[in-house]
Amino acid sequence: MNKIQTIIDKEWAEVFKNRVVLFTVIFMPLVFTALPLVILYATHSDPGNSDVMDMPPQFARLCGNLTGAACTQVYIVNQFLMLFMLLPLAIPVAISAYSIVGEKTTRCLEPLLATPITTIELIVGKGLAAAIPAIVATWAGFAVFAVGARFIVTNPAVYARILDPMWLIAVTVVGPLMAVAAVNVSVIVSSRVSDPRTAEQVSMVVIVPLLGVFFGQMAGLFLLDTRFILATAAVLIVVDIGLVYLGVGMFQRETILTKWK
Amino acid sequence: MIRTNALTKQFPGPRDGAAVLAVDRLDLQVEEGQVFGFLGPNGAGKTTTVRMLTCLVGPTSGEAWVNDLKVGRDDTDIRRSVGILTETPGLYDRLSAEKNLTIFARLYEVEDVRGQVEKYLRMLGLWDRRDDLAGNFSKGMKQKLAICRALLHEPKMLFLDEPTSGLDPEAAKLVHDFIAELKNEGRTIFMCTHNLDEADRLCDRIGVMKQRLLVVDTPQNLRRQLYGRKVVFHLRRADPPLVKSIKALPFARDVQTVELATGSKIVVEMDDPEAQNPIIVRKLVEAGADVQFVGELRHSLEDVYLSLIQATRSSPDSQETRGNSDSRRKAS
Repeated sequence: MNKIQTIIDKEWAEVFKNRVVLFTVIFMPLVFTALPLVILYATHSDPGNSDVMDMPPQFARLCGNLTGAACTQVYIVNQFLMLFMLLPLAIPVAISAYSIVGEKTTRCLEPLLATPITTIELIVGKGLAAAIPAIVATWAGFAVFAVGARFIVTNPAVYARILDPMWLIAVTVVGPLMAVAAVNVSVIVSSRVSDPRTAEQVSMVVIVPLLGVFFGQMAGLFLLDTRFILATAAVLIVVDIGLVYLGVGMFQRETILTKWK
Repeated sequence: MIRTNALTKQFPGPRDGAAVLAVDRLDLQVEEGQVFGFLGPNGAGKTTTVRMLTCLVGPTSGEAWVNDLKVGRDDTDIRRSVGILTETPGLYDRLSAEKNLTIFARLYEVEDVRGQVEKYLRMLGLWDRRDDLAGNFSKGMKQKLAICRALLHEPKMLFLDEPTSGLDPEAAKLVHDFIAELKNEGRTIFMCTHNLDEADRLCDRIGVMKQRLLVVDTPQNLRRQLYGRKVVFHLRRADPPLVKSIKALPFARDVQTVELATGSKIVVEMDDPEAQNPIIVRKLVEAGADVQFVGELRHSLEDVYLSLIQATRSSPDSQETRGNSDSRRKAS
């Protein structure tokens, strides 16, 4: 456990001195937390000229006895909260791309691998160092949003819909699972590229499914609900197991020293 | 101590190509407290051997023991018991010198982390720069910091891969002195180097490698085996009868005369100069020759090394050896 802690300390001490990483870790959560709050603020006193027909009909049907304006407000915030879920994907990618490829290019990995640390300790340390800031930023951002929304939203029914259990599950369960997937995709990509920026850009492929869900809901192809989120969590567990298996396989000492170019 | 038995490493070749043999049936023994120099051209398998002995890559076949621990079975314990200076220092440039060492001291499970870090920073003259970022250090300072890192956990055995590569003479001398000091402390040192003068001065034994181990011995014995022992007698003048009388001595072989601007020199090969030199000197003095200097002709380790490497090139499998060297370099 001490060695894992040492790896985490080292990663944070090094990686947070990198401006690109620092920008991603600080700026992205600020933007993604502020945006839905601004939207809520901008629409909270709307007299009701928004039409429920502007949104997918399935969503409008879910609004029940909410007014059209309130339903629109819930819909827009829902869309932005989905973008909020980019955080557990983008932050670990930025951190691990710089921590793994950076370490590879500066040839720091060999002395590290020569210590009595086990491969599992090393990968867990690096994984946690990338995932913890993402999870903390997601949870903290969501907490700030929840508190801020309480002050902005005057309609208790709207507030209840915004803080639906679906979003609590998404943030607390799906978020960490997404972070694990992002870290492992980053490890896999890092083994094949020799530049941190390339690693970051290629690893960003992990956000594609999320964008698919975002645009899919916007186009009315499907609707995000608790069942969908639980199903996503189940799929992510399976995907994570596969990715961890692949990532650990690629993070073997011999593979790193002889095959990583 | 290090012991290897037919230690072999093959890397998978390029797609659809044959496997690349990096190390071929290496049998080696390095005794405790020795400084062992591992020489060989680029791609000879030196770094791969070090990586196998430090459990960074696994052997394809054969066995090896380091500090009585078996490679492949006791890997974590081996890593705990050895220190390694890799080919490049591999420091965290954004962290201070002290932080770099603290991280490794914790990973090596050092009990008194602060004490050990301070001890080695002071020993290598970096204490006053402990708060500076490693990235701002000169090449020599980085190398010194990497040496500190290799010693933090007081390993009994040290693997040094090109310890003075790219260092200026002053920094290189400091590293040499430090290696000599480590030897005096009784540590076993396994050193890969291209610097033959360094190997000659520091190593008790050397091994010359080119996929296979070509020879292992002390530098002195290697010279004797390849060139015999030759003594040079500097005279004011070497008259032909004088040279003839030396040639007539039963133990004198290959007697050669060289004329110099300041006089002449006679080079004589013999088996036991300590016993046979006085006989020659006496003979020269009795014949009225003015003996200016007497000394043993020393072939450099470079001569020995080049002879051995050139001998492998003229061997029947030389084409194959040359053909593989590029891909081997990539693999290692």
